[in-house]
Amino acid sequence: MAGARGLALKRPSAIPGFGLALGFTLTYLSLIVLIPLAALVLKSATLGFEGFWEVVTGPRTLAALELSFFTSLFAATVNAVFGVIIAWVLVRYRFPGRRLLDAFVDLPFALPTAVAGIALTAIYAPNGWIGSLFEPFGIKIAYTRLGIAIALIFIGLPFVVRTVQPVLEEFDRELEEASATLGANRRQTVFRVMLPTLMPAILTGFALALARAVGEYGSVIFIAGNMPFYSEIAPLLIIIRLEEFGYAQAAAIGAAMLIISFGILFFVHLVQAYSRRRFGQ
Amino acid sequence: MTDVAFTPKFVLSMRGPSVTTEKPAVRIALILVSVAFLVLFLLLPLAAVFYEALRKGVGTYFTALVEPDALAAIKLTLLVAAIAVPANVVFGLAASWAIAKFEFPGKSILNTLIDLPFSVSPVISGLIYVLLFGAQGYLGSFLKSEGIQIIFAVPGIVLATIFVTFPFVARELVPLMQEQGTQDEEAALSLGASGWKTFFKVTLPNIRWALLYGVVLCNARAMGEFGAVSVVSGHIRGKTNTMPLHVEILYNEYNFAAAFAVASLLALLALVTLVIKVGLEWRYADQIAASRRH
Repeated sequence: MAGARGLALKRPSAIPGFGLALGFTLTYLSLIVLIPLAALVLKSATLGFEGFWEVVTGPRTLAALELSFFTSLFAATVNAVFGVIIAWVLVRYRFPGRRLLDAFVDLPFALPTAVAGIALTAIYAPNGWIGSLFEPFGIKIAYTRLGIAIALIFIGLPFVVRTVQPVLEEFDRELEEASATLGANRRQTVFRVMLPTLMPAILTGFALALARAVGEYGSVIFIAGNMPFYSEIAPLLIIIRLEEFGYAQAAAIGAAMLIISFGILFFVHLVQAYSRRRFGQ
Repeated sequence: MTDVAFTPKFVLSMRGPSVTTEKPAVRIALILVSVAFLVLFLLLPLAAVFYEALRKGVGTYFTALVEPDALAAIKLTLLVAAIAVPANVVFGLAASWAIAKFEFPGKSILNTLIDLPFSVSPVISGLIYVLLFGAQGYLGSFLKSEGIQIIFAVPGIVLATIFVTFPFVARELVPLMQEQGTQDEEAALSLGASGWKTFFKVTLPNIRWALLYGVVLCNARAMGEFGAVSVVSGHIRGKTNTMPLHVEILYNEYNFAAAFAVASLLALLALVTLVIKVGLEWRYADQIAASRRH
């Protein structure tokens, strides 16, 4: 954007409708997204920095934020490992049912979270299909943190698969051949040539799954048991504070969560900038 | 190669050049791991929905769907989607027209802002409207004096739904229209077509499949949204309950058969969405610029 065009808002064009389209876009964006989000910032600012800090580091809030973050981290890690395996299998191997499996990966995006929540609870409850298998060993899944992790694995599953898949599809097989010709065995080629190239995509998918999981509500609350200090996630605490008319507290927890997710997305941005420089993609 | 005729096709196709693939045993193991993981985490929950829904018999199932509160929830869900989806279609068209057809400063910021709602927790998406329009929100007392109710009423549900589905259409259209450039429109305009005529006769046909793709995804989320809507709805049975909220209420009342019956409708919606999505991806791959991230 060179500054030589002076005050002109746009580069000259024969296409009409710029004013109308941009005007509508900006108005709609402001009314639906920007002003309401500004209300969140404004409301948490009424607490002052010390008040904000007090809410966010209060024991119950801190426990909820930590729970949300660390179970999300665990779930995103599981998704990263299995996401790479699934993407690999879908791209590299041909077997019956492959396309069906491929289509099915998007189910968590399409299935309403509340439906996923009650279905997972039914399966992992002590009398459920899977829960009953673990019950004799004294392992409870539903209504524990393990249950929360399972719900988060469910909703984060597509992210890694869908970010790694296109990169793997474009992967230059000559690199693998070169590696093999130079004497590397298949394991070395995969782990020292291919995975490093896939790493930016894996990290991007991982971070997107993490960001989604930190804010997730619907699929988690049914399976979590929601015990304060143990299995109460941050989004639920926001709702509890709202029901007590603690608007400012709710806004402060919300702002803290937004800071966490924007931090994660900034990380994605850095990874992508790095990979563009390194791999020229 | 005498046994070729008796070897299943998929085993044959696994005999690739060995330096760029894994040993057959590794391949089979990885396929099994993937299938097991997807069955465990995806297929089983889906099967559970229909199993639990039909467990008490078909009679109970249909009774749960036609009782008045369920019907009211279905109607409200359809109404909310019928407002939110077209609103975001108009926005998506305007935003992609501005971003793809023109050069202006601040374009990449605008592009980033459009995706913003995807990185906001659903609960926060509801919270922000409560902070604005709730009884003790910034506009609360004004709205009360005017007799307008937004929170714990249908307008709040519509607003929260529009917020969470905000980027769906725009994010499908912007990359595609950027790729298509402006030549087609310039040709139409130079031949004397008006701006609107150019839009409806040239641009719209060029983007119709991507638009449909965005609409289908937007609609699925609009009908299935739970967290954001839950915050602003107030859970008034028969009045401000959408289908996902109705599922929650039934479930919390231990009326599992009915909860799963309503949930099965939403699961069917998800399956139909997936079928249309995959169909569009296979048939019109070149006309859908989808980044396939969401």
